[in-house]
Amino acid sequence: MKLLTLSVHQLGELMERKEFSSEELTRVHLERISQVEDEIKAFVTVTEEAALAQARAVDQKRARGEELSLLAGIPMAITDNICTDGVKTTCASRILYNFVPPYDAEAAARLKGAGAVLMGKCSMDEFSIGPAEEKSGFFSARTPFAPEAAPGGSSGGAAAVAAGEAAFTLGSDTAGSLRQPAAFCGVIGLKPTYGRVSRYGLISYASSLDQIGPFARDMADLALILNTICGHDAKDSTSAAVAGPDFKKSLINDVKGLKIGLPKEYLANTEPRAAVKIWEAAAQLEELGAVCEEVSMPHTEYALPAHYIISSAEASSNLARYDGVRYGLRVDADDVLNMFSKTRGQGFGDQVKTRIMLGTHVLSAANYDDYYVKALQVRTLIKQEFARTFEKFDCLLTPASSTIAGQSRKETDGPLAAYWSKACNIPVNLAGVPAMSLPFGLVEGLPVGLQFIAPHFGEEILLRVGYTLQQNTEQTRLKPGLAC
Amino acid sequence: MQVSEKDVEQLAFLSRLDLTAEDKAVYTKSLNAILDYLAMLKKLDTAAVEPAAHVLPIKNVFREDKLRQSLDREQVLANAAEVGEGAFVVPRIV
Repeated sequence: MKLLTLSVHQLGELMERKEFSSEELTRVHLERISQVEDEIKAFVTVTEEAALAQARAVDQKRARGEELSLLAGIPMAITDNICTDGVKTTCASRILYNFVPPYDAEAAARLKGAGAVLMGKCSMDEFSIGPAEEKSGFFSARTPFAPEAAPGGSSGGAAAVAAGEAAFTLGSDTAGSLRQPAAFCGVIGLKPTYGRVSRYGLISYASSLDQIGPFARDMADLALILNTICGHDAKDSTSAAVAGPDFKKSLINDVKGLKIGLPKEYLANTEPRAAVKIWEAAAQLEELGAVCEEVSMPHTEYALPAHYIISSAEASSNLARYDGVRYGLRVDADDVLNMFSKTRGQGFGDQVKTRIMLGTHVLSAANYDDYYVKALQVRTLIKQEFARTFEKFDCLLTPASSTIAGQSRKETDGPLAAYWSKACNIPVNLAGVPAMSLPFGLVEGLPVGLQFIAPHFGEEILLRVGYTLQQNTEQTRLKPGLAC
Repeated sequence: MQVSEKDVEQLAFLSRLDLTAEDKAVYTKSLNAILDYLAMLKKLDTAAVEPAAHVLPIKNVFREDKLRQSLDREQVLANAAEVGEGAFVVPRIV
């Protein structure tokens, strides 16, 4: 079915020309979901009736000649840690198995306001605590490129876009959850600057690292979605008081003179077959007039342990709210303390419990300076290293994942082996800078992603580089060989 | 620095997580493996480095102390396991 691979812009224009209605487009996507979900498992909840009702409402507005956003009537999906009014939001955890939020997250509200049609909620690792969409409290999604391989942690949202189940999706990124799944599924994922998109209604994992962003097929779609979701929100006290630019103006097919750095430390730790593609992309960017140069960022190796400490500490605090009182699972007991402990003991999975206890440990008085403060100091060093590097470069090019989808891990990589695959993503969250994962061809049938990193509030440069590559190479547009 | 099973028991208590004896042994092992790995940070001298709790120069946000519309009580209680008389109900505390 051709409709399932078109961009938001193409679909929107066809609907404006009355080639088909939003209701028809929604039905096509619902059919697709029922056809592939057994294999892909990208959805935790499908909201069939509500989607059709939303689509019909858009069709009526269009019939009345109302002016509509290009997003109006476009099927979208939202990861299950972003609150949706009246639609179950579980964080893929038993502890929230029945939670129905009475409000929309700000980013979800803005997309719904533009008329995008919610098809349902996407799967994820429990509370996004990865590492690789293998630790869901329910089931794990699969990349459409290799049904036996995980789609990358922690969002089924990338798999949904790749498999044609939605034209775009919204997810969140604390340790690469928008960028690694995008790379493994052959779609675009962008983590905006910390504070660019409101976190209101995003269920917190690690508040100083979490950020909402989109998965899409096309750079112009990405600009359109960013224009809709970015901007200050008084309901999120960490929302940046910075006006969002018109990102469509950054869709420029020209990288002449742009200085792009390739950090050695990122490439050194990357699966060689993926690293080859990064050099190939650099060569292509040079042909298009950019200047690519290797650079050293020696603190990179400390990012992973620092991130692990900070995210565990923040998770232990954020997840304290699940106590069986106001929402979610309750396991009954005679007294309140036992009720809390039994509820949490049965409600959380192993990974989440490990993080909560580690976080409690590193925040305890005896260990606070050695672990938590130390990690915050490393964060300063990582942030300074990015700032120094961006004095010389407009953006950085790295692999979007240190591994290729489905690659098995070595026992010798240690207890955090699975996090090693996110070693290229994690420094970005610590520094709060924006980064984008862009598909760049296949290696043995599996997609490889490029990661571009820009300075704070430098998303425009990411869009410009991504747009230029999309205009000049088909390697950025991948299609899974999934039966249609 | 390693943790003992007794430490893990205390961490589980502070975290309000009910663990079986078997769980305690498993988590002691996995937490120690993680702590061993995290010890690599000791290599780095950070004595003169300011800790960064946040990445952006953000300040506390104030708003006027004015009455505003909030969610209905019914909506707020709708997700609770047990409610009564317009409130959340929990097992006996005292």
